[in-house]
Amino acid sequence: MMNVSVAASILPSGLPLPVSFGMIPLFAANPFTEPVGVIHYLIVGAVLFTAGIACMTLKRNALGILMGIELVLNGANINFVAFSSSYLRAEGAPTLGLDGQVVALFVILLAAAEAAVALAITLNFYNNHATVDVDRADDLKG
Amino acid sequence: MTGMLDMDISSMTHVIVPALATTALPALPMAGINWHSVLFLLFAGLACGFAVGVVAADNVVRMALYLVFSLGATAGLFFLAGAEFLGAMQLMIYVGGTLVLLVFGVMLTAQAPFVSIKPSSSDRTLAAVAGASLLALLLTAAFSVDAWMAPGAGVVPAPTATPLGMALVGVRVDTPPSGSPSGGHAGYMLPFEIVSVHLLVVLVGAAYLARAKRRRTPRAIDAVASAMPVEPAVVATAAVVAPGRPTGGAKSALVGGGR
Amino acid sequence: MADFLIGLGLPGWLAWSIAALVAAILLLNVIAGGALVFIWAERKIAARIQDRLGPTRTGGRFGWLQSLADGIKLLAKEDLMPEGADGLLFRLAPYVSFCASFCAFIALPFAFDVVGQRLNVGVFFVVAVLGLEVFGVILAGYASASKWSLFGAMREAAQVVSYEVPLGMCVVVPVMLAGTMDLVTIAEKQSGWMSNWYLFHDPFTFVIFWIYVTCAVASVNRAPFDLAEAESELVAGFHTEYSGLRWSFFFMAEYGSMFLVSALAAVLFLGGWNGPVPVAQLVGLSEGTGDSAAYFVRLLGLANLIGKATFGVLLMMWVRWTLPRLRIDQVMTTCLKYCTPIAAVMFAGAMFWQLFLPGGLLPGWSRPAGEIREGWLEGPGGLPATSAPAVVRSAGVAAAEPSDSSGLAKRSPR
Repeated sequence: MMNVSVAASILPSGLPLPVSFGMIPLFAANPFTEPVGVIHYLIVGAVLFTAGIACMTLKRNALGILMGIELVLNGANINFVAFSSSYLRAEGAPTLGLDGQVVALFVILLAAAEAAVALAITLNFYNNHATVDVDRADDLKG
Repeated sequence: MTGMLDMDISSMTHVIVPALATTALPALPMAGINWHSVLFLLFAGLACGFAVGVVAADNVVRMALYLVFSLGATAGLFFLAGAEFLGAMQLMIYVGGTLVLLVFGVMLTAQAPFVSIKPSSSDRTLAAVAGASLLALLLTAAFSVDAWMAPGAGVVPAPTATPLGMALVGVRVDTPPSGSPSGGHAGYMLPFEIVSVHLLVVLVGAAYLARAKRRRTPRAIDAVASAMPVEPAVVATAAVVAPGRPTGGAKSALVGGGR
Repeated sequence: MADFLIGLGLPGWLAWSIAALVAAILLLNVIAGGALVFIWAERKIAARIQDRLGPTRTGGRFGWLQSLADGIKLLAKEDLMPEGADGLLFRLAPYVSFCASFCAFIALPFAFDVVGQRLNVGVFFVVAVLGLEVFGVILAGYASASKWSLFGAMREAAQVVSYEVPLGMCVVVPVMLAGTMDLVTIAEKQSGWMSNWYLFHDPFTFVIFWIYVTCAVASVNRAPFDLAEAESELVAGFHTEYSGLRWSFFFMAEYGSMFLVSALAAVLFLGGWNGPVPVAQLVGLSEGTGDSAAYFVRLLGLANLIGKATFGVLLMMWVRWTLPRLRIDQVMTTCLKYCTPIAAVMFAGAMFWQLFLPGGLLPGWSRPAGEIREGWLEGPGGLPATSAPAVVRSAGVAAAEPSDSSGLAKRSPR
């Protein structure tokens, strides 16, 4: 089904095995005393993004797919905020400044708009099919 | 109580959540513990854990609840990064938007067969593999830039609410980020207007899509309601043959139930 | 207080934790103690208004022990969960509600410098967090596996989501007048005589205050808008299936929210901790300094704000026991056909008033016109002259500025 295509697009290119050895000092340090940097936010963003993608591919519930989209957008937002925060960057390192936050703001607004339209579509789908299972949306299948 | 309050007043500011008070943070005479990092770990753990929970859960209401917790923890992360306005915005719009998702989840899946639509186990395996590889890919990319690995210097950012508002009406009043190639000083008047109109269009469009239509053939949901314990598989066929019932679906019945 | 503890020789982290804990417990007491007092007041007021007998026996005079006895009864009650309930969500729901109500208190200023966490976006934060309370209600309604609960929760969701729109419009007006979303600064701007309160700023704010009151009553689900727990139709609405301690969490969340919206109204429209007559300023005391006189002034401010908020809560009780409950369609009509358009018009009116009549109609009453709150536009070319002090307060309150925003000076130069 849907998952196959996603998996196929990622798997043949090879698992990105050489995970950087730069991770090691990060996890060796005491997390309670080390100041937080951009990389920490990037990790959280990556986890949220991945969870969102998995949600979108895995769920058969239309509302679950919507939640996946929200998670993906949110993961992207975390990255924008991390890059725009001078608190997280090293001394004197360039930041996105305010622009990152403005973009994140627009992302939030567009996510709200997207959710509204998608919910309306879901409601229509439910009215016509009496379910929110997207696998049942096969009316146009030849 | 008053005596206690009296003594406490001077330092009550910035005490409740010490690390939220990023201004007071660098001066903290702490025994090595960085409260900012501790709170970051807390919020990051919550955000990631509940995000995984969203994927793992099958019940749509629980999924929505986990999503709310995840998004709320993300708002905490925004506060920690100094983006206060964005954090409040996240709480208001994102989490509020999820509230509507939750309501729809309850409304559309209140009938027993639809509470949890489970994916097959092969789908789960595939999703886990694909997710793990995607995560590895993203993490490799994130760790590949040395500049991102440096711990933060703890430079406390200025409050951003006012500059953000000014930027949205086209006036930039913040300091340009150092080393930014373009000077980074474009206003956002036009995008702001476009987004406003976009929201209006979406409002009208969503209302149009979701309006109660007058229809000749009965809706599938009415058939389900009239022939209740029924397999979801036969619903579609039942919809065609079921006798007509007046409109008035799940939503109006629930919201206007007390008339 | 943390500095005091550090002075005693405690390690820094312990001192900060204790200080944080004390502040948190104080805030918790505002809700719990408030609920204790307000339930007694509610019974007494109901008795007065509707010619009933209020609590008379427990605790002798005025029945003041009644709520305490009730509390003990609730603690001792059996904790029931319905057969088909979703256990996790059923257990979680009261705490979600209570936490949302409690979290909003963090940003609420009780007096000058008596605020859990001064936030640059305080108003926004409070309104946003307050809106999360409905999550607990929906979860409770869904998890109870009861028809009545689900009906109640759905009604509450529809109602709260609708009423957030006019409520937001009302809240924006004081923000516009003050030029900031910082609740502390908004209250500071209304210091002085009663005429400085935003309630009396212009006719539009006077009207919009009453819209705010209506929407606030609706958003905390009090009568006449308590459709979510309409006992004549829905048994008890979303908390039909709850008993004992869990029920009392919902209860405390409701009273906490009532107090919160009242306190927010006090800060936004009624001058915050500034009394109708600036007594302390008249006798020459200042709240900004660090001596004991300043503490006394702050205590006075605390009494002021709590008094105003209590008045708001009593007003809600008065309304509850006077007006009959609306139907759900009437509730929606009130919100969408009356409150929202009126709030929008009043918002525009207040905006034009601020633009064209900033000094007010009477020349003798003129207030500082068109004050620029934050110094963004003061430097040459629209840019701040220096990058170091990001927020430059205008002269009026600069002396009274608490130390916390001075942390910005630690921002290192680029």
